[in-house]
Amino acid sequence: MSGDVIVIGGGTAGMETSGQLANAGCMVTLVEKEEQTGGHINNWYHLFPDRRNGSEVIDYLNNKINSDNITLLKGITIDHIEKHKNRFIVKTNQGKELNADAIIIATGFDLFRSERKEEYGYGIYDNVITSVDLEMKFRSGSLKMNNGESPKRIGIVHCVGSRDEKTGNLYCSKLCCVTAVKQAIEIKEYLPDSRVFCFYMDMRMGGALYEELYMESQEKYGVNFIRGKVSEVGESINHSLIIKVEDTLVGRPLKMELDMLVLMAGMEMSEGGRKIAEMSSLKTGENRFFQGRDNHFGSNLSNIDGVFYAGTCTAPMNITETISHARSAVSEVLDYLKVFRK
Amino acid sequence: MDKFGYTISKGRQINYESNDRWVADYIYEREPSFRLCIECGGCSATCTTGNLTKFSLRELQILIKRGENDQVRLNIKKCMLCGKCTLVCPRGVNTRNIVILAQQAFQKSNDYAI
Repeated sequence: MSGDVIVIGGGTAGMETSGQLANAGCMVTLVEKEEQTGGHINNWYHLFPDRRNGSEVIDYLNNKINSDNITLLKGITIDHIEKHKNRFIVKTNQGKELNADAIIIATGFDLFRSERKEEYGYGIYDNVITSVDLEMKFRSGSLKMNNGESPKRIGIVHCVGSRDEKTGNLYCSKLCCVTAVKQAIEIKEYLPDSRVFCFYMDMRMGGALYEELYMESQEKYGVNFIRGKVSEVGESINHSLIIKVEDTLVGRPLKMELDMLVLMAGMEMSEGGRKIAEMSSLKTGENRFFQGRDNHFGSNLSNIDGVFYAGTCTAPMNITETISHARSAVSEVLDYLKVFRK
Repeated sequence: MDKFGYTISKGRQINYESNDRWVADYIYEREPSFRLCIECGGCSATCTTGNLTKFSLRELQILIKRGENDQVRLNIKKCMLCGKCTLVCPRGVNTRNIVILAQQAFQKSNDYAI
């Protein structure tokens, strides 16, 4: 098989597709806007459900793109895409022109900017942090508050920027529940004497080994779960955080003082993806992610022949799903090139 | 000494068949967002009335939907219609209007009773 393919986005999906295409004999140009590949996993210390180190996945992906058939362009964004007689012409922000027979969009997701949910106080109160900030703390090996003390009571808020029409995101980001459980366990491992409370609307543990992890968090780590959406966060005179929530299963409002609050930020269509949607006629769905041609058997196909989608640019996915989606994109591209080459 | 003797206690279960869900129907018709509640309790958590008295807008909504109207009739009057609940609702339920419509429905039924 031969053919030139441009892959836009050097995260999990982009790296996996590039490697698979290169193995199949295609010449691949992998374009990444940052100076390093790997995408969001670079910001993650341990992964659910087995808490393997994120760097193991990065190593796997780096190994995958280590091929003579792959040209990696870093620090590059796309300015223009056009199609001429089954050939694509792509212009980069540095004025370079790339040509290809097919394009894979793997522009991924952006994390919801938690300061948009102002009532939770991110960027206002020191000890309100996001799930990514917490991963960074884990990686640095120190889980401390801003004043240098260890937090004794930590709250975790699910669904920040997901399932919330006030933020314009009606969908479930799918990964935050299990991330909350994983992080709750890790907090307890760092600080065994601390108390951890998860505030959830629904526990969506629909993934391999998720429910088991949930049970383990209760059984082995004593993580507390309170069913209710946090409505607001304030600060007391001694700088502890005060949250208001309804304990819906008791049926009474609950007020709690916490030392630290971790916001489970959801996933949104990436800024880069949005720009590509704007400059092309690629369709996006009501959740603003790219819209596949068919929900069941065409999630890799775009509305333009020769342009394909891989990974979380189409919907929230975990790493396992992203890699599967990337591989199925490759199979679609190879089928397309076969027909197109005849 | 406490009173001694037999009483017939009312069953605790919600009798879905005999309950009349007319207040719910009245609201569904006029405020379709009433259907969208997912019982997160955001409204009740932020509610000033609910923090001071036994008033939970989340609970009242589900009671209306089950036709447990007697509990609602007394409690719904406590709402001060400040509308904070509407500001926090993640599903965009017009909670304030639901209270108004429920009060309206009960008022109408009283009129009919006279």
